[in-house]
Amino acid sequence: MQTLKIVVTGPFSSGKTELIQTISEIDVVSTDRSISREAERIKDATTVAMDFGRITIDDELILYLFGTPGQRRFDFMWEILSEGMLGFVVMVDSSRPETFREARRILNTFRNYSPVPYIVAANKQDMEDSWPADDLRIVLKIAPDIKVVPCIATDRESVKGVLLELLYSILAIMDRDDVE
Amino acid sequence: MALKGRLKDFGITQLLNLVNLARKTGTLYLDGSEGKVHLCFREGKLIYLAMQGEEKNLLTLLLEANKLTSKQVQIVESNMAGRTDRDIAMTLVQAGHIKQQDVAASARQNVLEQMYRIFSWQEGTFRFEPSALPVQGKMTVSIALENVIMEGSRRLKEWERLQEEVPDLDVPLKFAERPTTPLRDINLTVEEWRVISFVNPRNTIRRIAQSNNMSEFQIRKIAYSLLQAGLVEFIHAPRQAVVHVKNDTPGRKRKGQDKKVIAKPVSQRRPAVKRGLIHKLIDRIREL
Repeated sequence: MQTLKIVVTGPFSSGKTELIQTISEIDVVSTDRSISREAERIKDATTVAMDFGRITIDDELILYLFGTPGQRRFDFMWEILSEGMLGFVVMVDSSRPETFREARRILNTFRNYSPVPYIVAANKQDMEDSWPADDLRIVLKIAPDIKVVPCIATDRESVKGVLLELLYSILAIMDRDDVE
Repeated sequence: MALKGRLKDFGITQLLNLVNLARKTGTLYLDGSEGKVHLCFREGKLIYLAMQGEEKNLLTLLLEANKLTSKQVQIVESNMAGRTDRDIAMTLVQAGHIKQQDVAASARQNVLEQMYRIFSWQEGTFRFEPSALPVQGKMTVSIALENVIMEGSRRLKEWERLQEEVPDLDVPLKFAERPTTPLRDINLTVEEWRVISFVNPRNTIRRIAQSNNMSEFQIRKIAYSLLQAGLVEFIHAPRQAVVHVKNDTPGRKRKGQDKKVIAKPVSQRRPAVKRGLIHKLIDRIREL
């Protein structure tokens, strides 16, 4: 049995848990705790350590999805979670520009952990005041070869699209490495 | 006159009982297969413990307890080089950088952790030097031995049970195909999550412990709880990968147990995945 891992990261309340819940075939194991910090009282609970979901590919292959904790005080977990990952998705709440800088910081941190492919998911595109993916690319200073994918983490087709785009990116990098 | 003997004839528990009941003052030197340690007692209470080669100074303890930042530690080290822990503690407390109770708690915690590590040593020799107290300038504590003996005995039993349940650390774990417990009902600690994140056919339990800087006792305890919850299973293929595990277990250590291999840094590993697997993933996700 082979297992592969994709990490879903991003700022607090960016939709990581929702994305994993939407696509996982098992109940997502998560450790949510009440939020104590006033500034983070946007939702009632947040991920303390990580979320964990699974997609069975076939009898010999399983894909695990690991969500990172969004609050900075748990960022000691990030490097641990990044171990052996196939690639990662940076979730961004497109409707909350105050989190963009943090998203950028998280993206850079994960890039430093491991040279694996990644994409940016511009989440909450169903919100009235969400920023378009193209604008996010500019403000987050995302390189042209990195995909910024519009996303609604509660929508299964949208989540499938995000994962597929990451997998296509992985294939593209394999192709590039083969050429080099 | 010094009391001398072999631990297999007169164990740690008995020694502590003796010191406690006789309200002894002096220093107990232990020379065991896992190292050398000396424990200082005043009137039957444990006041100091130092394991050779693993002594932590006050600043290290306060840093580990998040009572000081690494920058603060650097400043103190450069300004107070050569001063004893006791002097440093007094200066820091008087300057209001830390509270006296924080210093005491950190020192106490450190002594207890070390104490439980040696609790079940069964091989080696001991020597008790009455009245000798080599603690000048050291941070001392005052710990009643009754509770130490009770907790140590409890941990020893727990350890023996864990060794039976998780006998081999050189096997990998995998996630259970069909978890027996409804996952929604499971609450995991941060430490358990750390272990979970390393569960992979390539990682032995020992390697997971090493990557998380966990002792054999800690990793066995967590692995056992995850196995009991039905979240993970052993992979019973023999594996050769062996890495060093911090041996602060309360249990006995087998000779040759601490072999080392050089593990690649966690963050630098990139999984070697064949293109065919990615296509499989793509096909499957499209189907969902």
